[in-house]
Amino acid sequence: MANVSLRNVRKTYPGGFEAIKGIDFEICDGQFCVLVGPSGCGKSTLLRMVAGLETITSGEIDIGGRVVNEIEPADRDIAMVFQNYALYPHMSVYNNMAYGLRNRGMPKPEIDTRVREAAQTLELTGMLDRKPRQLSGGQRQRVAMGRAIVRQPKVFLFDEPLSNLDAKLRVAMRVEIRKLQRRLKTTSIYVTHDQLEAMTLADILVVMNGGQVEQIGSPLDIYRRPATTFVASFIGAPPMNLIKLSGDEIRAQFAGDRRSAAEAGILGVRPEDLSISGAATADGGITLNLTVEAIERVGAETFVYGTRARAEKAVSATPGELPEGEVIVRIPGQDAPAIGASIRAAAHRDKLHLFSADGRNRIDI
Amino acid sequence: MEKSAVFKGKLLPYLLLVPQLVITLVFFYWPASQAVWQSFLREDAFGLNSEFIGLENYQALLAQPEYYKAMATTVVFSSLVAALSLSIALLFATQADKNLKAAPTFKVMMIWPYAVAPAVAGVLWLFIFHPSLGTMARPLRLMGFNWNPMLNGNHAMALVVMAAVWKQIAYNFLFFLAGLQAIPRSVLEAGAIDGAGPYRRFWTITFPLLSPTTFFLLVVNVVYVFFDTFGIIDAVTGGGPAGATTTMVYKVYADGRLGGDLGGSAAQSVILMVIVIALTAIQFRYVERKVQY
Repeated sequence: MANVSLRNVRKTYPGGFEAIKGIDFEICDGQFCVLVGPSGCGKSTLLRMVAGLETITSGEIDIGGRVVNEIEPADRDIAMVFQNYALYPHMSVYNNMAYGLRNRGMPKPEIDTRVREAAQTLELTGMLDRKPRQLSGGQRQRVAMGRAIVRQPKVFLFDEPLSNLDAKLRVAMRVEIRKLQRRLKTTSIYVTHDQLEAMTLADILVVMNGGQVEQIGSPLDIYRRPATTFVASFIGAPPMNLIKLSGDEIRAQFAGDRRSAAEAGILGVRPEDLSISGAATADGGITLNLTVEAIERVGAETFVYGTRARAEKAVSATPGELPEGEVIVRIPGQDAPAIGASIRAAAHRDKLHLFSADGRNRIDI
Repeated sequence: MEKSAVFKGKLLPYLLLVPQLVITLVFFYWPASQAVWQSFLREDAFGLNSEFIGLENYQALLAQPEYYKAMATTVVFSSLVAALSLSIALLFATQADKNLKAAPTFKVMMIWPYAVAPAVAGVLWLFIFHPSLGTMARPLRLMGFNWNPMLNGNHAMALVVMAAVWKQIAYNFLFFLAGLQAIPRSVLEAGAIDGAGPYRRFWTITFPLLSPTTFFLLVVNVVYVFFDTFGIIDAVTGGGPAGATTTMVYKVYADGRLGGDLGGSAAQSVILMVIVIALTAIQFRYVERKVQY
């Protein structure tokens, strides 16, 4: 049981590349913290710094009231689950789990109790004598989990533990991990690039980009009030529609608002907040005139891809996610307009997000 | 079921095998069968004719105390060379596997000795350790150590072992390094988090995971010390002093080429062949099973 604090943590590689550019946050005892971001954003590096597998260039990492910068991984009282599981291929499942306990000189009967308990929890009891190569992907994943929980560490670290599993198993294991963490009440840090995993697992979500923190908060807070256009387009699928507006347009749209200065900005609206049934709303919301370009039916809902009839272009914070001028509308059910049809999509004022022109700041409207 | 190309012709597969079969026949089966045949013959002193004498060559050989001495020498020599060259190569490989700046240079330097011919390697070591000319002999003597491989059998053995080890390290190093690099880094990181220090990590994770490589090298090294070290021994000591460095393969040469006893020499090579085949078979039968995971 422990708090984990990061204080102005930086990492610069010998070549001069700055992987982590000053990160501050605190995880309270028993919380499940998820670090999410695109590949190369430094989230795995940060996790490995907490584990002690990467050196810390400057700043402090504190686990349970103790600065661990100079402490060996073995003495930090953490356990880590690796992306490729990193099981010891020459040891049986039992020995894989017992290894860490033996290294710490725990008496044999206690090791046995702990390993069997963990095996029970993870439904591995019948497989204790097998070698990792005789196990399926999901079973290996559970052994990796078992190796972490037998140690009863202060902190669990997960480095994209589900990314080698197929989609169905990934969902099942995601739920398992969450249940297990709730029961054990062990502080956890979990790295993923999957925003769905991030939203469902996290007590606190840390969205990272380019070695920096973009936003920290509860998943729903971040979803409701993204701080930057990066967060807005990264959290939520499909991503938020972002439309560049000139200062005049903003003034026209949000008449009377004192913040609507003569500067340009970016308007954001989530696909699920647009509806194509209604006409323009009276409360100062927006209406977009779209030509339907493509339809994606996934069963319970349908995504309508349209281009805006007017000249304003939609912008995308994460290149490649949303082409310029394209707007996605998410509608329930399977009834969708025909391709080529002209539609009007409207959103209420309280569903709109406004960002500064560079996308770095959220503007309250 | 895996797809495989099927050729219609019955002749083609055999045709494709011919080059390999010819090489094996000409360079192994033919000389080997000649040796077996020769071992049943006795040639007269002038090499004019020979008579069939059955197992007499073998009986004479096994009644010879020198032959058992050569066997003992071989056991000492091969265990020393195999143990030293494997362990030193492993030590170097673990060092080269670290993220050191000089590692690439180090690796190249390590591999060079393998390109040196055995006899040249032997002469090189002889020059360094020659009792009267050697650059190392003088400092040794100044330290009060009476170094003389020309007269002292143990010194001679030490010298050929050094030369043989030095040459074989390069080869072993290469394979160990490749083996080390094939071990996933995350497995060792997991070990570090699991509380194993570098020493324990090496013996409980790295070493077991290297065992297929170690086993392969053990087989190769045993064959190396049994046969390929002939050049080194011939160049450095000529089997002396007083037969202290006469291994089995050197005795084959000494008795047959120098002593003119072709029958006895052939009998020795047959025994040597049987021993190496038996050793390899034992290694594969018992050791290999334990090194797979």
